[in-house]
Amino acid sequence: MPSRPRKLRLLWLQGVTCNGNSHAFLNLPWLDALLERFDIMYHPLLPSLYSLEAVAACDMTCDVLVFEGAFAPGLRRGEKGLGALLEHYAQQASYVVAAGSCASFGGMFKDAMPEGSGLAFVHDKPGGPLARQGVINLSGCPVHPEWLGYALMMIADNETIALDALHRPKALYSHLAHDGCLRNEYFEWKVDAKQFGQKEGCLFYEQGCRGPLTHASCNRTLWNEVSSKMRVGTPCFGCTEPDFPRRNLFETKTNMSIPEEVPIGVTKRSYLTLTGIAKSFRVQRLESRLIEDE
Amino acid sequence: MARSSKKEARKESIITTALKLFSEKGFYTTTIPDIAEKVGMSVGNFYNYFSSKDILAKELIMYISSYLGARIREINERPVDAKTKIAAIVSMYFEMATEKPEMIEYFLRVYLSNREVFGEGCEGMVCVSPFITELMLFFESGVASGELRDQDFFSAFGLFMGYLGGMVFLFGEKILPEPLSYYEASIAENIYHALKAP
Ligand code: SF4
Repeated sequence: MPSRPRKLRLLWLQGVTCNGNSHAFLNLPWLDALLERFDIMYHPLLPSLYSLEAVAACDMTCDVLVFEGAFAPGLRRGEKGLGALLEHYAQQASYVVAAGSCASFGGMFKDAMPEGSGLAFVHDKPGGPLARQGVINLSGCPVHPEWLGYALMMIADNETIALDALHRPKALYSHLAHDGCLRNEYFEWKVDAKQFGQKEGCLFYEQGCRGPLTHASCNRTLWNEVSSKMRVGTPCFGCTEPDFPRRNLFETKTNMSIPEEVPIGVTKRSYLTLTGIAKSFRVQRLESRLIEDE
Repeated sequence: MARSSKKEARKESIITTALKLFSEKGFYTTTIPDIAEKVGMSVGNFYNYFSSKDILAKELIMYISSYLGARIREINERPVDAKTKIAAIVSMYFEMATEKPEMIEYFLRVYLSNREVFGEGCEGMVCVSPFITELMLFFESGVASGELRDQDFFSAFGLFMGYLGGMVFLFGEKILPEPLSYYEASIAENIYHALKAP
């Protein structure tokens, strides 16, 4: 009988973070199956083999290093400088994974910390402590648990993960958040929701939805297997992109009523031609509520 | 000449002839036999090109809109500021009104005045899309670059095109003491001042 392959040793470290990615990870429906494939050396919330102090002694190695949060040069973890800690473990690891947008591009915390960065990127430019290392970026605020699960399972199975220019797995970040949104028909006919939480209407013009400008598969792989922001009636904030967090998240910037940015891959001329024509028709079914409030 | 391009040329000549007749004699008083005669074809043959006067009317407005759209697009693509583009659009529009008055006349006197003809098939922006789209692109880039003031698109559109249309109308009615080109610079200046960012 062939012996089972050795389990990979996974170490989860944190920079400046809200713990959102750690928590999101716990919502992975098949977390148990995934954890079967790894020895957890340290994770802030999961049962771990070692304490943070033991990890900080830097006298062992890991196979997979997962990092959450923005990198801040002065930060210490378990009495060790974060930079030295990362350098030690990343050097030996076969894979380094940046979990969430702060670890990927700097995200929310970089915004308040000029010296901060992601692990290997500062926004969309290479930078940060591991800029020269092949880091897998799993952006998102927080990272979708299924995306992290996918990447770790691919690693456990020794499969190659194809990455885009920002080091994000193509399988997860090639589509737009707009793909699979249940409001697409409203987007096509340019009928916008008048308030949050309604089932009808697109959220692009009046609520600031970034779905057509954001690489993410939130509407193809649902959150907690049931939903997404747009499905419950709040706009996409573009949290997987290196310019997150943008300002005025509930607004789509327009110039003379015309959106400054149009869906990725579409020229403004063709977008305006199409929307102008779509707006010339009124689709009664889409303009009224489908189910009136009692 | 290949058959299809010959057919295209005939179509083009129906379009230009019809534009002239409609804008000179009015839409309802111009008949298909009038147009056919002027083009030099039989009425029966005319129907091989357009199956009704209403369909011809819609083709004409799309023809004008594409023509105007292409001219504005050429201006939009120039690497110049919004002020220069405004002057170029005014000059292009007045030149068109002087040299091809039937185009603007048709737009003002037929399209805008006989809306019942353009109901189905020409709803909203459908038949004027190339022209409006180019103006949208012009306004949007002007605001994005900080030169023009952000405001509602139609308020700005009305100010720009309403003004030009009004001048061409006065010109057509022979009320203007001078040719359109005489007013070009001051009108471009007025439009720029009305639209520019504070
Ligand atoms: S709500 Fe957002 S993602 Fe959904 S259709 Fe509208 S723009 Fe696209």
